[in-house]
Amino acid sequence: MIRLVPRSTASTFWQVATPVMAVLATMIAGGVLFAIMGHDPVTAIRTIFWDPLFGPAAAYSRPQLLVKAAPLILIASGLAIGFRAGIWNIGAEGQYIIGGLTGGAVALAAYPSEGAWIFPAMVIAGAAGGWAWGMIPALLRNWFGASEILVSLMLVYVAQRVAAWMAFGPMKNPEGFGFPGSRNLQQYPAASNPELIAGTGAHWGVVAAAVAVLVTWVLVSRHIRGFHIRAAGSAPRAARFAGVNPATLVAFCLGLSGALAGMAGLFEVAGPAGQITDKLGTGYGFTAIIVAFLGRLHPVGILLAGLLLALTYIGGELAQLTMQLPAATVQVFQGMLLFFLLGFDVLTRFRIQRKGQS
Amino acid sequence: MQRRTLLASASAILMALAVPAMAQDEPLKVGFIYVGPVGDGGWTFQHDQARQAVEAEYGDRVETTFIESVPEGADAERALTQLALAGNKLIFATSFGFMDPVMNVAAKFPDVKFEHATGYKQAENVATYDARFYEGRAVTGTIAGHMTKSNKIGYIGSFPIPEVIQGINSSYIHAKKVNPDVEMKVVWAYSWFDPAKEADAASALLAEGVDVILQHTDSTAPLAKAQEAGAIGFGQASDMAAFKPSPRVASIIDEWSPYYIKRVGQMLDGTWESGASWAGIGEGEVVIGEITDAVPAEVKAEAEALRDKIGAGKYHPFTGPLNKADGSEWLAEGETAPDSDLQSMNFFVEGITAQIPQ
Repeated sequence: MIRLVPRSTASTFWQVATPVMAVLATMIAGGVLFAIMGHDPVTAIRTIFWDPLFGPAAAYSRPQLLVKAAPLILIASGLAIGFRAGIWNIGAEGQYIIGGLTGGAVALAAYPSEGAWIFPAMVIAGAAGGWAWGMIPALLRNWFGASEILVSLMLVYVAQRVAAWMAFGPMKNPEGFGFPGSRNLQQYPAASNPELIAGTGAHWGVVAAAVAVLVTWVLVSRHIRGFHIRAAGSAPRAARFAGVNPATLVAFCLGLSGALAGMAGLFEVAGPAGQITDKLGTGYGFTAIIVAFLGRLHPVGILLAGLLLALTYIGGELAQLTMQLPAATVQVFQGMLLFFLLGFDVLTRFRIQRKGQS
Repeated sequence: MQRRTLLASASAILMALAVPAMAQDEPLKVGFIYVGPVGDGGWTFQHDQARQAVEAEYGDRVETTFIESVPEGADAERALTQLALAGNKLIFATSFGFMDPVMNVAAKFPDVKFEHATGYKQAENVATYDARFYEGRAVTGTIAGHMTKSNKIGYIGSFPIPEVIQGINSSYIHAKKVNPDVEMKVVWAYSWFDPAKEADAASALLAEGVDVILQHTDSTAPLAKAQEAGAIGFGQASDMAAFKPSPRVASIIDEWSPYYIKRVGQMLDGTWESGASWAGIGEGEVVIGEITDAVPAEVKAEAEALRDKIGAGKYHPFTGPLNKADGSEWLAEGETAPDSDLQSMNFFVEGITAQIPQ
């Protein structure tokens, strides 16, 4: 018989080891799945995890990793702060969409004027939009005790409707023959978010993601607010005695994660996506939740986890292309990652003990 | 064996292997990106059927690949780039939202030809193609006008874009022609494929007394609802034969095979040129599925006669006198609608009381 015995303190070894084990277990379970489907598991795993980095078309796919990872890292950095404090923002996808809309609105309003102020104003507007969308669940929780999990999640669907309304209505491209979707910001230099150095994939969103990693690291480890966040997450009553105001903390965490998600949305609209459409949200806000947990809510972990998830996206596409694996592969992979991570996580807080041993 | 002879025999074997491969022409690689999964039973399914028809037609001379479930926007650009990098010389992008990504990638790969469905931007190496679905709508509208007993027919629209508005107008004009008392109710699903939303839309229409449902969304959910209520409907995009003979009394099938086979053939013999194709019943791109016995014989004969007249180019579904919903004149007696009016259509014809969401 095997029993789980709680540890007195969380195991540091397993905290680092579980994400690695989760990745390995995902590869094995994925390989079994591919074998059942009649594909060579080794080729499939190599195509997904190796070829994007070192395969024949790696010169193209490596920069794409940054494009794909940047929004994930930016959003997850904000989410992790809240998750540490036990404040669950599940609606980053909605904040991402609203940020894309408000930031894009500045560009469309300014069109066709040129000016160095336009892009910074868009970034600020994007962050403000995401912040405002995040403040709705924060205020509802502080005023009425509403669950921020439910409110933030349901606001995603509201945001999707707003995006559809904008794409078909007020923000529709007047030169688009009645078709939905805004002007393409890639063709509007003052508002576009291009590659900063050709061939690297790095746009301003990548820079922002790197900055977010650094800033959240300093915040969590050095700043008094970071101490409050950690205290509130691990010992809420003690935190209250230490002078932490829970309402302020809720507003801070949801506002910050909303603002970062909103910025990610704007960088996407002005850069790789180029346009406001009804399909503005492509799931970054939800995938970022996996990234935050896979990265153990630690800024450096999030950086690595974001790159890994980006790898599954790009590799999954390659596997479709070269092996005709179905598109659902990527989602299955991401789901398995989270599943195994949570499964192995038991080991950080529990020890396995054989019966009869003490 | 001496090392030298080993090397010599090895290279001889390699030569022997390489020669037949060089003697044969490399197959033409043709790529496809789909917005949905190939198993959607509707839009993407029909495109994939046409891809298979291309393979069947040209055998070893072509090699096709597809990437399914590609989100519109930045991901589409990457998927297109990867197809181009993988050596595909002709790439079909089968959704409107792929338009700007196609233009961006086409500019980077001038020797690769692109075919974009339902878009309006062309280039030297980018052609567009679409089907005149409104021709089919004229036929189903005629059947609907005859079959309704409540004189209320319902239309589930996907998005208020020109293609869908053409379909609503064409259905209404021809229902009205055979039944002057007919009234048209319109519900927007804001999705191309969402069984739950489509079922809700169908329920809303049925609750208003509608007994014939036309749909411009791709799931069979509206037919299932119609069946429960004893109403009838039509197959959309694919035949939806499972619902024969009623509620599915006829269908409008998207048949892309003739176009795909023609264009791949032109690539093979080097005569491919950019252009904008907009074919209909006459070319076999819009097919009316079997009209079942649930429809009286004389109605069936009338519908088939209309189909043949349109196919032969003797009748245009938008022939004056026609007024816009606001009462202003659109087409004078005997005048037919120019394509430019249809491609930017953003108004209902006189008699439809519903509003187009702006």
